[in-house]
Amino acid sequence: MALFQQLPAAVSSLVHDGDSVALEGFTHLIPFAAGHEIIRQGRRNLTLIRMTPDLIYDQMIGSGCARKLVFSWGGNPGVGSLHRLRDAIEHGWPNPIEIEEHSHSAMAHAYSAGAAGMPSAFFRGYLGTELPAVNPNIRFLDCPFTGQRLACVPAHRPDVAIIHAQRADRAGNVLLEGIVGIQKEAILSAKRSLVTVEEVVDDLGTTSPNTVVLPSWTITAIAVVPGGAHPSYAHGYYSRDNSFYVAWDDIAKDRESFAVWMRQHVLEVGPDVFGERAALCE
Amino acid sequence: MNYTATEIMTIGAARALGNNDVCFVGIGLPSVACNLARRTHAPGVTLVYESGTIAAKPSVLPLSIGDGELCETALTTVPVPEMFRYWLQGGRITVGFLGGAQVDRFGNLNSTVIGDYRKPKVRLPGAGGATEIANCCGRIFMIMRHHARAMVENLDFLTTLGHGPTGQERRQLGILTAGPVLLVTDLCMMQPEPDTNEFIVTALHPGVSREQVCQNTGWAVRFADAVRETEPPSEQELEALRDLNASTERAHAGRAAAV
Repeated sequence: MALFQQLPAAVSSLVHDGDSVALEGFTHLIPFAAGHEIIRQGRRNLTLIRMTPDLIYDQMIGSGCARKLVFSWGGNPGVGSLHRLRDAIEHGWPNPIEIEEHSHSAMAHAYSAGAAGMPSAFFRGYLGTELPAVNPNIRFLDCPFTGQRLACVPAHRPDVAIIHAQRADRAGNVLLEGIVGIQKEAILSAKRSLVTVEEVVDDLGTTSPNTVVLPSWTITAIAVVPGGAHPSYAHGYYSRDNSFYVAWDDIAKDRESFAVWMRQHVLEVGPDVFGERAALCE
Repeated sequence: MNYTATEIMTIGAARALGNNDVCFVGIGLPSVACNLARRTHAPGVTLVYESGTIAAKPSVLPLSIGDGELCETALTTVPVPEMFRYWLQGGRITVGFLGGAQVDRFGNLNSTVIGDYRKPKVRLPGAGGATEIANCCGRIFMIMRHHARAMVENLDFLTTLGHGPTGQERRQLGILTAGPVLLVTDLCMMQPEPDTNEFIVTALHPGVSREQVCQNTGWAVRFADAVRETEPPSEQELEALRDLNASTERAHAGRAAAV
């Protein structure tokens, strides 16, 4: 059964220095509040797994939380670079970071394999590219039936998966809808899991029996954080703060302006600030 | 009507899409071209974004591949693993639209690094969906601005396979999809020459000279025997494009929280 906790207590008990951590959400429902709590608690040497590192890993990497990044597309969507990620890779600031680089398809297959209890995933991919030359975790095998050359990558099995969802019921069952991305697979592939939600309700209010619902017993902890996905969004609650994604380019370009922003908007505040930020995007 | 180089590039790319195409759309120039096609000659074109949104009909251009507008207007939204497995790898997509930081004469793309992989001068975003889009879509269209830093003799890194480093590897690897068949730039249209698979200039945009193309291409670019002139944008195409861009700008002009 999922345990309802305050966000600081949940992060403190579930995320440890040196863990592999997947904060997922494909553009939608990115768990920013949980990422900020990890930064505030000063976690170090994390292996961060995420298809699109997005602003949240830019912030965590720039804050010195990460030892390694496993990813497939590290840009600011529609805007440009993730400057903190680039600074870490290009100049080792604030610390050098190891990268394990995949394609989206490989990452999606690796999460699915983790959720399915498989050691690895195979698919049609990577043929003719240079990625296998720089990532020893990309290998090839021949289909035993047809001989077709298939790419193979290890399953993702993070120590902790963290997602944001629209709502939970009082028993701790969690609903997410809209662009559901890779979140179900991330939760089911992980040893421990944390879900932040917009609200807790008596009835999940599913509109279809096929809505994505994660049963309470697949989740370790739930924390209620209204607005916890801002500047990403929660379908049905508030929109993506595209202006913030654009503004981040200037904030993150410079180490000093990044540090100032992080102090003011992350280190010196708590999860309660997310509600009013998201309210501006309703 | 007057028009810019970017406008004729976008319109030229949009024209290549057909009403029955199912198109995997990347953000940026491809997204503009695909949504323009849907607003002009190809209202039936199906736009698929890698966030899982199938048959999205956004009223403004999304900033990301996962803006809420895509999901709200889509016929259906599927999980990301399903998007890559059933729809892309399963061979349901007829056209993939790609760009990159560098392209070579055989349509191979780099979106990974400038410089050495371990000590990059510029770290680019990486592969994203591109490697398997290029492998699994029926055909690939590319859209890029034409300058010698982008159209290079040698890629710094081969992220996405076109026809291969010598133009033959794609076929030798047994990949059955066509790969890159069209490269639209702000100067010209290029298509692979039969057999060699080298991209050659098949049409120049009005007012563009061969010298201009040569100067802005990092390899010794060749021209088809009969080089056409790209048909200038029509009033209707330009109006649709400008309207799309203007309404997009208005929609994204909100105030950011926490700045």
